[in-house]
Amino acid sequence: MAAMTTARPTSRPSEGRPSVVQTFLSRHGGMMPTFAAVAILVLLFIGGEIFLRGDFIKPLTISNLLINYAYLLVLAVGMTFVILTGGIDLSVGSVMAFTGMLGAKLLADGSPVWIAVPAMLLGGAVIGLFIGILVQYFGVQPFIASLAGLFLGRGLAFIVSLNSIKVEEPAVVWLQSTRMKLGDWVITPTGIIALVTVAIAAFVLHLTRFGRTIYAIGGSEQSARLMGLKVGRTKVAAYVISGTCAGLAGLLLTAYSNAGYPRNGIGTELDAIAAVVIGGTLLTGGRGYVLGSMIGVFVYGTIKTIINFMGAEQAWMQIIVGSLLLLFIVVQRAIVARAEGRR
Amino acid sequence: MDEVRPLLELTGATVRFGADAALDHVDFRLYPGEVHSLMGENGAGKSTLIKAITGALAMDEGELRLGGEPVAFATPHQAQAAGISTVYQEIELLPNLSVAENVFLGREPRRGGVVSRRLMREHAAAVLEDLGLALDPASLLGTHSVAVQQLVAIARAISADVRVLVLDEPTSSLDLDEVAELFRVIRELKARGVAILFVSHFLDQVYELADRITVLRDGELVGEYLTGELLRIDLVQKMLGREIGEVRARGRVHEDDAVDGAAAVLRARGVSVAHGVADADVDLAEGEVLGIAGLLGSGRTSLAHALTGVAHLEAGVIRIESADARLDSPRHAISLGVVYSSENRRRDGIVAELSVVDNITLALQSERGVFRRIPPARRRELAASWVDALDIRPPDLDRPVGTLSGGNQQKVLLARLLALSPRVLVLDEPTRGIDVGAKVEIQNLVSELADNGMSVVFISAELEEVLRVGDRVAVMRDGHIVETVAAADLTTDSLLALVAQPTEGED
Repeated sequence: MAAMTTARPTSRPSEGRPSVVQTFLSRHGGMMPTFAAVAILVLLFIGGEIFLRGDFIKPLTISNLLINYAYLLVLAVGMTFVILTGGIDLSVGSVMAFTGMLGAKLLADGSPVWIAVPAMLLGGAVIGLFIGILVQYFGVQPFIASLAGLFLGRGLAFIVSLNSIKVEEPAVVWLQSTRMKLGDWVITPTGIIALVTVAIAAFVLHLTRFGRTIYAIGGSEQSARLMGLKVGRTKVAAYVISGTCAGLAGLLLTAYSNAGYPRNGIGTELDAIAAVVIGGTLLTGGRGYVLGSMIGVFVYGTIKTIINFMGAEQAWMQIIVGSLLLLFIVVQRAIVARAEGRR
Repeated sequence: MDEVRPLLELTGATVRFGADAALDHVDFRLYPGEVHSLMGENGAGKSTLIKAITGALAMDEGELRLGGEPVAFATPHQAQAAGISTVYQEIELLPNLSVAENVFLGREPRRGGVVSRRLMREHAAAVLEDLGLALDPASLLGTHSVAVQQLVAIARAISADVRVLVLDEPTSSLDLDEVAELFRVIRELKARGVAILFVSHFLDQVYELADRITVLRDGELVGEYLTGELLRIDLVQKMLGREIGEVRARGRVHEDDAVDGAAAVLRARGVSVAHGVADADVDLAEGEVLGIAGLLGSGRTSLAHALTGVAHLEAGVIRIESADARLDSPRHAISLGVVYSSENRRRDGIVAELSVVDNITLALQSERGVFRRIPPARRRELAASWVDALDIRPPDLDRPVGTLSGGNQQKVLLARLLALSPRVLVLDEPTRGIDVGAKVEIQNLVSELADNGMSVVFISAELEEVLRVGDRVAVMRDGHIVETVAAADLTTDSLLALVAQPTEGED
């Protein structure tokens, strides 16, 4: 074909057919940070195993990750949508607290589960919608708009009650107390809910027009608009999804702790963001995977578990997560800089 | 050919921005299977016309017909749906997605409501092959060169049912091989009966590709011509226009003696800037005005950037007062007495919201640093003296500069630079978009400054002006200084010929 010259695998000197590695890189270069997260997870496990003399890598430890951090996983899924569009959602921690309180209060007042649970999801969705509209139609910075959402959620949580509300509703308690066993592996309904959320998110992001539009917006909002994509509604929807996930996380956390507590989830939004970034999603948007965010949550959970096992100061948790975050952001910058250098 | 009707017909198109008409009753037509070039300098209304056709901008008056039917597009999306696709100068695609997705985003092939990646890859491969591109559709767009990305943008444009393809300066970031590849694709589309609107600054490319040329100037239609019947020199003349103003003749002090290197205030050798200037030599003597003549895209602005530390030099040396100067920033250049006034006054020049005083003293204050504030009384005194000296009207120091006329804004900008007492003043199109009276004033001012020993580089699209103000004129074409001639030895026509002349090996 006459045009072979233009289609050479660009900027690589080797002639002839591109190797398998080159093809893979040119197709899936964006996955590198996520692979790095997997590598770090593996290293953490090996490190834990060595430190704790063979007491770490066992089904229970791994099962516990999902049992203990189901709520964080759901938050990270919602956050991934928002960050992929190039935004940020700081409200999720306090929205989770608010919806937890709302559900606990409704149940305590005698409402049935089928009203309380949808009300929690709806509460989260409405706050997400509010943030999305501020961002999209009033041109407010996502940081500021979701900061408003953060204060709003926390305030609403305290309005519901200043004190913790116990939840004894069997259906909610069941979510966390049921242990389904498969050999030595254990999973709770909360863990299943979290995994299903991940699966739905992965499907939506990769195989629907809506999902691809999310990526397009993160790549370049201007280009997406010129391509005739529905930028406005998609961006708002990303925040609604994040809010709904925060509502769901509120349910999972309530089930986990058997209570709603208005001070729950202070700073959890930052844990969720850290997990998403460690999982390889670019803060500037357009690149990343929801499965990466899951790995990010597991990395976060594993570090915390190791520190608990060692009986070390919890302060180390923050230092290690902070260092990892820094490392990943530098790696991402390098990747972006390389991509721009080629343009 | 007579019974062929235009596919797209624009009549009486008028677009106003405030009081100014960016497009004034312009007619334009596009036949199927032809390449039609839209020509004009900066501000001629080319991009406005394109936007009117592609639905990016609403017309105040005028009618658009597509295939004989009157149409009105509120958004680019509607125009696309009607078969008008646009490829922009800046590649408006998504580097983070695959080639196939970039081709089909927004109308992905779906199977049962689910995007089918396999179908999308197959369709994309077919479209790419149609264009003669052997490209892995699953690879990320960002891994390919700019040229390939540009071709993918075209693949996107033609993968829909395209009747009209608008190419807005698609070649500005491509090298020669890549341009040839693009042209091959364009010719193929033309053979299929697509109507192509091709905008480019490069005359060679226009003459190679276009069947027909429409020339715009200052928002007005100059005329429509068959390429074969329009000489290059006539085209350039129509683009630049002519205008005779009254100017005080200036005693040409330097025209006889060619500047010898030692006396040069500024001396550049072999200066190159990526995608701009290649291997340019410049000598500028004390009190000399060096005019730069060249068409848009000839590298005239890049040269100005190279001389003033705005652009990073790929090669070459610049000596100021016979000392090597590595100009790594405009700030550094200013400290050596070289100041630059941008061609884009509104964006890179004045601060429209600030007052006349603030604008004039801005650079001076910045030069002195934060800790040595100019006392307010001194600032006003200084500004008042410049307002007086340059006759800035109205002489109201506290007025926001944005409310002044274009000519007076330009004077404020000049005052700011002159307040730095520079040795070399680089003016990039200082008279663009200002009225004739103000133009003449600025030309006279430049002459006066030079008479008082300042060295000036004066860039303008208007050849008469360059000749009138310059002692010598450097002619630029395709990023090269092709000749430097004493202004006295040139006439407008001979300069026009130099500016328009095709590169060697053609015609």
